[in-house]
Amino acid sequence: MPGFDFSNHARNAALHAQGFPLPKATSTGTTIVGCIFDGGVVIAADTRATSGPIVADKNCEKLHYISPQIWCAGAGTAADTEFTTALISSQLELHALSTGRNPRVVTCMTMLKQHLFQHQGHIGAYLVVAGVDPTGVGLFTVHAHGSTDKLPYVTMGSGSLAAMSVFETQWKSNIDREGAIKLAADAIQAGIFNDLGSGSNVDVCVITKEKTTLMRNYIRPNERERKQRSYVFKRGTTAVLREKVVERVDIGKYVTVHEVPLEAEGEKMEVDA
Amino acid sequence: MSSPFSINGGACVAMVGKDCVAIACDLRLGLQSLTVSNNFPKIFPYGDVYLGLTGLATDVATVSDLLRYKVNLYRLREERAISPQTLANLVSSSLYERRFGPFFVSPVIAGINHTTGKPFICGFDSIGCIDFAKDFIVSGTASDQLFGTCEGLWEPDLAPEDLFETISQALLNAVDRDALSGWGAHVYIIEKDKVTKRLLKGRQD
Repeated sequence: MPGFDFSNHARNAALHAQGFPLPKATSTGTTIVGCIFDGGVVIAADTRATSGPIVADKNCEKLHYISPQIWCAGAGTAADTEFTTALISSQLELHALSTGRNPRVVTCMTMLKQHLFQHQGHIGAYLVVAGVDPTGVGLFTVHAHGSTDKLPYVTMGSGSLAAMSVFETQWKSNIDREGAIKLAADAIQAGIFNDLGSGSNVDVCVITKEKTTLMRNYIRPNERERKQRSYVFKRGTTAVLREKVVERVDIGKYVTVHEVPLEAEGEKMEVDA
Repeated sequence: MSSPFSINGGACVAMVGKDCVAIACDLRLGLQSLTVSNNFPKIFPYGDVYLGLTGLATDVATVSDLLRYKVNLYRLREERAISPQTLANLVSSSLYERRFGPFFVSPVIAGINHTTGKPFICGFDSIGCIDFAKDFIVSGTASDQLFGTCEGLWEPDLAPEDLFETISQALLNAVDRDALSGWGAHVYIIEKDKVTKRLLKGRQD
């Protein structure tokens, strides 16, 4: 496992002690949900990334690949969800290769919670883990401090309350695939429209025993309209003091490759027999 | 007290056009309100890929040198130039390695992938979260202003000449509303087999 580099920590701690605030990382604000149905599981997410009150990315991806049949939805510190899922995905692939079995959702969840618990909540990843393995369908939530839950429907992130209100009023047992997708997408839309930290589009991932379907931008309820007129400046508007054009230098400018004639005198290599 | 990100000041922006990309930065280096230099470029070339770095100037220098070292080793090992996508992942993992003691920088990447021929831009937070944008990326102390000017001026499929005017006006007008940025600007227009670097005339106050 790669380690972290703490060589800037003393300097940054001294700076913080002097009263400098800590840097604000991109947070995924976020509404993420998961729901089990007959024969599979669906997870969904919004696509807004925020930095304080600024919308940093209007169409980011919060559904992370772990293995072909296990996917993860991430909320919290964006970099942490990205790298934690990538790390566990890598370890799980090696684990599957050495055991010769398909990876299980519980294994993934356990690896995630142990990694997050080791770091005592400093890795701000809040995840919904979902998948299908030989033991059946799995759906879990993993919190940054290492606690986990196993439920038939789950929500996380700043829009979790809005999303959970949809599940609590509309969820029923023995829900089918289409019903679960609709319910998950509705829950995300509740987050998009009622939570300021969530917005833009709905991403959905459906996992069944047979196959996994990632539906990027499954619903796009906030399409940006084309500008009514063009705001292109007249060429020459900007005052330029100096200009330098660099043509792309081909490597052949410095290195030349020649065909060597095969039967050139004295070039012949001596070979046995 | 101010954040380490706004001690030295500075701004950077990247934009996508039709078969071209642009990246631009201001030239100010300051210590709080005292301007120390008006010739401190924040864009660094790594082969055909360009990296913009704003934030704490000491970290801008350290990170640009560290990446130059890593990109040079990559080129020697692979015997080819680094692609923008690969540089993006290199920057991301280099920053996340210091998750608990970060560099105070907000990097921006712009380049054209020479295998696919497609323009590529992206931005990062200080711990390496990549923001893949199809339109524009902003960073620095004038980022709020840049979001406004870019959102208003940018449109899809701009020709290199029009992209230059758009990115220049977006940057110039944004830094004029930021006390910590400005004092001239550099603009790079990157096309498939040509890069044009321009020094802009900007307010010196």
